[in-house]
Amino acid sequence: MPDLLLDPRPEGLYCPAGGFYIDPAEPVAQAVVTHAHGDHARQGNARYHVARAGLGLMRERLGEPAAIEAYDYGEAFTLGEVQVSLHPSGHMLGAAQIRMEHAGNVAVVSGDYKREPDPTCAAFEPVPCDTFVTESTFGLPVYRWPPMTQVIDELLAWWDDCARRKVSAVLFCYALGKAQRLLAELAPRIDRVIYLHGALLRLTELYREAGVALPATQPLEEHARGAALAGELVLAPPSAAGSPWMRRFPNASTGFASGWMQIRGNRRRRGYDRGFVVSDHADWDGLVHSVRDSGARRVYVTHGDGHALVRYLREHGHDALPLAALGA
Amino acid sequence: MRRFVQLYAALDRTGSTTAKRDAIAAYLHDAPPDDATWAVYVLGGGKLRRLASATELRQATREATGYPDWLVEESYAHVGDLAEAIALLLPSGASGDDAALHVWMEDRLPGLARLDPATRVAQLRSWWQALPTDEVYLLNKLITGALRVGVSRRLVVQALAQWSQLPTDLIAHRLSGDWTPGAASLAALAQPAEDDAHRAHRPYPFFLASPLEAPVESLGERDKWLAEWKWDGIRAQLMRRDDQAQLWSRGEERLDGRFPEIEQAACTLPAGCVLDGEILAWDGAASAPRPFTALQKRIGKLKPGAKLLAETPVRFMAYDLLEQDGADLRERPLRERRERLATLLEGMPPTLLLSPAADTDGWAALTQLREQSRERHTEGLMLKRLDSPYRVGRRRGDWWKWKVDPYTLDAVLIYAQSGHGRRAGLFTDYTFGVWDRGHLVPVAKAYSGLDDAEIARLDAWVRAHTLERFGPVRSVEPEHVFELAYEAIQRSSRHKSGVAVRFPRILRWRTDLSIRDADRLEDLKRMAEG
Ligand SMILES: [Zn+2]
Ligand SMILES: [Zn+2]
Repeated sequence: MPDLLLDPRPEGLYCPAGGFYIDPAEPVAQAVVTHAHGDHARQGNARYHVARAGLGLMRERLGEPAAIEAYDYGEAFTLGEVQVSLHPSGHMLGAAQIRMEHAGNVAVVSGDYKREPDPTCAAFEPVPCDTFVTESTFGLPVYRWPPMTQVIDELLAWWDDCARRKVSAVLFCYALGKAQRLLAELAPRIDRVIYLHGALLRLTELYREAGVALPATQPLEEHARGAALAGELVLAPPSAAGSPWMRRFPNASTGFASGWMQIRGNRRRRGYDRGFVVSDHADWDGLVHSVRDSGARRVYVTHGDGHALVRYLREHGHDALPLAALGA
Repeated sequence: MRRFVQLYAALDRTGSTTAKRDAIAAYLHDAPPDDATWAVYVLGGGKLRRLASATELRQATREATGYPDWLVEESYAHVGDLAEAIALLLPSGASGDDAALHVWMEDRLPGLARLDPATRVAQLRSWWQALPTDEVYLLNKLITGALRVGVSRRLVVQALAQWSQLPTDLIAHRLSGDWTPGAASLAALAQPAEDDAHRAHRPYPFFLASPLEAPVESLGERDKWLAEWKWDGIRAQLMRRDDQAQLWSRGEERLDGRFPEIEQAACTLPAGCVLDGEILAWDGAASAPRPFTALQKRIGKLKPGAKLLAETPVRFMAYDLLEQDGADLRERPLRERRERLATLLEGMPPTLLLSPAADTDGWAALTQLREQSRERHTEGLMLKRLDSPYRVGRRRGDWWKWKVDPYTLDAVLIYAQSGHGRRAGLFTDYTFGVWDRGHLVPVAKAYSGLDDAEIARLDAWVRAHTLERFGPVRSVEPEHVFELAYEAIQRSSRHKSGVAVRFPRILRWRTDLSIRDADRLEDLKRMAEG
């Protein structure tokens, strides 16, 4: 019997009974979008359904004219024959898991998620279901995140060290989500201004408008160059690394905040001076616990090389498959 | 060990040699001498041997984490380093145990080697439990014996020199040979005046050549340079001091008893001399050495028997004289050292040879002579500035190795495996195949030669075009052709293909070729004959 809730198609993950796609890659009529990252929220769909907490970010990403319906977390709405509700995934501001119920069957698409606390968004909420679709960006047990307080300690020690050596501390991080989470984590620990690359300005403003407490920031304007930036912390997107933009720092130490920094080989290969292990995706324990918490009979794994996670879950009595196998 | 872990982190974090040197010097200042001496030992590449097997480390990991064997292996393949993979897999322990580095190196780790396997596994687990992730990592590194933190022996020497305010050459000399860690030995290293008592038992630090990349003409006048064949053997110093003769390899390992014919011949040398040269496999009256593969039969043998000695005799090809009548000649110009060496070797047994100068007028004639490198079983030519001293380590400018261009073949990528070290987690270890009656048969494995961008591209392609997994190895669709360089092809019954390709490395990614254009095994076999 074909699955009435989940059907992976070239355009994206389709819900046949509801007539909508989740995070479609190609323009479609009805799109339920988990969060505002570029690989999930794309322009060109006729109608969008998103979580209200992320509405500001979605408008920024999708353009003002886009037809967007926003819902509170937990609020039920109907698409086709399916009752849909959105639940916090803890990934970033407004990120949602999508719960779909049809004929007594419940499927949850987690989207991107993490289990660690994040001051910029609502915490992941386990949603009981029959079928659970999990991401697997970091699907090996070598990925287990250190406590955020430890990472912030390391980051502040690095900043202090840079200040002592009179060099700028340039921290590369994804412009949406990661940057604001780092700012919010730093807020209670510092009373200094943090400089932002232009690509971060508008997005950070939207977080403030959504009521997220952030420390004082200042745009790194064209004239802020050279010695004036010695000892300052600057946040910038990874694309700025190695670009002409970096020329404004006569002396800089560079850092990169990412889950990939867990592996020494990655730290060295990327060529940053420092790596900080910060991820907005679930670590191995987070993935395994979330599958367990869902109580699902059937688990699909997507987003990343999930073969180890699938095999591990199967050995632990879960009926797990790669999501791609569902369409085949 | 906390302080040493901090030093390791500081060294790991920076690519700057100056910063690394400063960090080591600062550590030498802070640390108690009995710890510092072990830090010098370990950073300089020293290791304790056979503490625990990889199998035992894996078993302890499985027991401590409850993860199945395959998951530990997948994790290892992904991380590319067993010590690190284990540290990341284990739950982070409390930092309750801060035993000093010398306690680990002198008591705990040597004690580990003496336990029976089951107790050893239990001991590992109990240590791991008491240490945070970064200390578990370092402990594992000490156990597996590969610290690799971008610190060369030369850098350790420089840091010691900075800390002790002594010249680097003196430190390098004191550190070479049979230097063993211990609080007293650190004091000895830093002792201001030269103490001759110890010198008798140490070789000089080797001077190493750099590859010549610029055109040979850029070296200036031909007659300022000595050209010699680049011998394909084992570099060694032959020391004749007191009443004994000793051979030391470049790894500063004594080769006692391995090459008795050379030791015997060396006894005819006058006492108080040190020769630098190459051990080569060489048959009685032959005019050239045998290929390196012949010498390999001797390398592993601690005490060669009469049969092996008769079948594969060796000779010592001397090319430099570092000490004569007990006097250090290294500051004398090469011209003088060579002359003295030639005189010294006159009338010596044939086991001790003088590396002949490749005399030519001008660079063009030398370039032509170099074409004969292969038939003479050499790797090319060495170019040494005649007025240069014998320096320490790899310093560019006075000694160049001018190797002959390698042979090449075109082969198809058929298997890929994740790399190690800097390239951990990326598919960088490749197996290549050539055609044999319509099938691709593996003939060579190669790891290096692509730039980072090419590696990233190939890594993504491998992930998307995997046919089958065999543990960490993936077979991939035959699609990409690579030009491989190699030193030699030999017939081999130990290889399924029937040939062994020596020292293969990737020259370039031949995107212009299709897999049909790759080489055929029968041609490789023909080359192996010739
Ligand atoms: Zn995302
Ligand atoms: Zn994503």
